[in-house]
Amino acid sequence: MPDKTKTPAVEGLFTMDPREPRLLGTRCRACGTYFFPAEKTFCRNPACDEADLEEVPLSRTGKVWSYTSANYKPPPPFVAKEPFEPFAIAAVELEEEGITILGQVADGIGVDALNTGMPMELVLRELYEDDEHVYFTWNWKPTNDGSAA
Amino acid sequence: MSKDVAVLGVGMHPWGKWGQSFVGYGVKAARDALKDAGVEWKDIQLVAGGDTMRNGYPGYVAGATFAQALGWSGAKVSSSYGACATGAQAIGVARAHILAGLCEVALVIGADAAPKGFFAPTGGRRPEDPDWLRFHIQGITNPTYFGLYARRRMDAYGATPQDFAAVKVKNSRHGLHNRNARYRKEVALEDVMSSVLVADPLHLLDICATSDGAAALVLSSMDFARKHTTDPVKIAAVSTVTPVYPNDIIEMPNLATDSKAGVGMPDVGFKESIAHDAYEEAGLGPEDMSLAEVYDLSTALELDWYEQIGLCPPGDAEKLLRGGDTRLGGRVPGNPSGGLGCFGEAVPAQAIAQVCELTWQLRGQAEGRQVAGAKAGITVNQGLFGHGSSVICTV
Repeated sequence: MPDKTKTPAVEGLFTMDPREPRLLGTRCRACGTYFFPAEKTFCRNPACDEADLEEVPLSRTGKVWSYTSANYKPPPPFVAKEPFEPFAIAAVELEEEGITILGQVADGIGVDALNTGMPMELVLRELYEDDEHVYFTWNWKPTNDGSAA
Repeated sequence: MSKDVAVLGVGMHPWGKWGQSFVGYGVKAARDALKDAGVEWKDIQLVAGGDTMRNGYPGYVAGATFAQALGWSGAKVSSSYGACATGAQAIGVARAHILAGLCEVALVIGADAAPKGFFAPTGGRRPEDPDWLRFHIQGITNPTYFGLYARRRMDAYGATPQDFAAVKVKNSRHGLHNRNARYRKEVALEDVMSSVLVADPLHLLDICATSDGAAALVLSSMDFARKHTTDPVKIAAVSTVTPVYPNDIIEMPNLATDSKAGVGMPDVGFKESIAHDAYEEAGLGPEDMSLAEVYDLSTALELDWYEQIGLCPPGDAEKLLRGGDTRLGGRVPGNPSGGLGCFGEAVPAQAIAQVCELTWQLRGQAEGRQVAGAKAGITVNQGLFGHGSSVICTV
């Protein structure tokens, strides 16, 4: 059986680099404000009149702002695995971008293993599949070396 | 010019799961409000409906849906939506018409028939819709945000899951005798703590249910009111503010905050700005409030609101709760109605229901839950996608 194509569950949100995936945002060339998901028309800073937004990969690492868990199966349009396995969710602050981004926590790591301020890195994980594709999303994962560098 | 409008009449359809159309609930609440006001339907000049997203096209044009069900009378109509803040949008429309002299008396109605369990987006693939996107790509439900905020309180202020549970215990006592509440049963701390974990650190009984229900108000100019009654309850302020950029708190239904990289932070955060704007408009402050109806989508959120509406400094909400200040009989009772913990959420009705409760309290008609000598009260609430909602009522 041929290998299934690896595809992002939604196009344009992140790169599919298996080792060092990056979220894709935009940055205003005038005021330096970042946007995720990408804002492509006008800068949303009310003090800025710019329409020139460049696509940029965001920092791969950040620190936990807060975290929680999903102990019940979320409803569609989430595609849950059966049987459902609870997962942790972290809100991670990216320092350079000044932005906090939500994501599931990877590898079945639960809330007991998380702390506010903990360094995290971005990884990819399978979300669901069909006959031809495996669909991926991003997850946050505690960094191996314990640093946010 | 005075910015006061009168609350001439209030009405509700009890909260619950009744298996009927939202239209019938709304009409029942509206008829009760008209009767309470002593105003006939044919004399209403504007119907301001709060929309519901989960009941098909009639829900998107709620004002006209209710007007038709009450019997077409030629009244002006408005339908508005602001998620959980929908009711404040409808109240704001009616009040603006009255204050501008475009009408003298208006009927505000919000009603919902809610699904069981998690709220979820409507069907279809819509990657551009943040509400669709957060469910699809990360499985993030509303309780996810409640859990994140609760954890922040624990880390920043040393709150405990028992503190959160104590909010539910308090509210369950407040709602015991409220005939419009869905849950009228005392809940013990152990009941909350032993209920299943939904979004760590929050348990099932920390999180409000989804309910059917309806609430309605008859609002009028002060001149019109004087012909019908003496000393009516007044709406002194309606805040429907949006955030100031950048908002660095992760808000439903977003996957990310605004960026702080290019712009300085505003002086007042979004949630704090909601009541702040209402106080400014009313010329009153938190110290003037006899009670507060705050949006306890989760128990921990009620504690956040205490601080965000200025009842205490940041970090002191647990102290306020433990000291009994926000119990009935305390300095400033929080959610004497029983709150969402006793009602469950009927989205477009909820902000209107908060004003019904203030009205009953300020009239001295809040049977079994009366705040003694209540002179002024505040409601606060927030709708996803950046809708502030706060109303101040006085006598």
